[in-house]
Amino acid sequence: METVAEQIPLESFLFVSAILFTLGVYGVLSRRNAVHILMSVELMLNAVAVNFVAFSTYTDPELFRGLIFAIFVIIIAAAEVGLALGIILRVFRYRQTANVDEVSQLKW
Amino acid sequence: MTVAEVVFYVLAGLTIAAAIGVVTVPNVVHAALFLILALLGVAGFYILLSSEFLALVQILIYAGTVSVLMLLALMLTRGAEQNLPTVPSGGQWPLGLAASTVIAIALLIAVLDSNWPGDTGQVTIVSLETLAGALFRDWLLPFEVVSIVLLIALIGAVILAHEDEREV
Repeated sequence: METVAEQIPLESFLFVSAILFTLGVYGVLSRRNAVHILMSVELMLNAVAVNFVAFSTYTDPELFRGLIFAIFVIIIAAAEVGLALGIILRVFRYRQTANVDEVSQLKW
Repeated sequence: MTVAEVVFYVLAGLTIAAAIGVVTVPNVVHAALFLILALLGVAGFYILLSSEFLALVQILIYAGTVSVLMLLALMLTRGAEQNLPTVPSGGQWPLGLAASTVIAIALLIAVLDSNWPGDTGQVTIVSLETLAGALFRDWLLPFEVVSIVLLIALIGAVILAHEDEREV
């Protein structure tokens, strides 16, 4: 049976993943809402995970280390979202804003 | 053009369009909804790459939990004077666009110019049993460490978001 992965070249997945990552970079650099920045970070993490899984499926079918890595990426991303939202809520309670430009006291 | 290719291109277009929506729409709630769409598209990629378990995890954790958490945070960080959390995007977007365009060009050139392996036709599907065996035997130590990380993150999030009576 011919699997799906044999009909689509690896480059296609890398291409989409590169575009997703770049969009995430643009979101982090241009948005000023803290939650919006967090969403862009999620886009980047997803792009990385797609890359991991694509490489694992195409080049490492016996050990599938990329697949394991993608699972860990998702777990760490979940922990990161929880912590970041806790910090954002804390900042909002003190400063009544989610705009990262107005929270610059940690900057020297 | 085979069915798989059609599915791939539809998924790719959907995911990239949703991702563009995430980073360009001014309304943050709409961006969160676009994010759900993009994450579901990524789950579709996982299915195409024959890792169904990861697709399920993606839908459960990302499209389900993370997106709901984002929407909850948006509700809680709403400004008192405005109905929707519209923070102006600031004057950095031309610089951001330039920087990300440079990164995009570099990445795409790297993708197109390299000789990637994998066209050997030796793709095997990883079954759920094999995956679980590897995760709980070969990768047991990272698995336990990451569970401790999750526990610490959970406690930290509760402490951070906890209402402190002395300061109110």
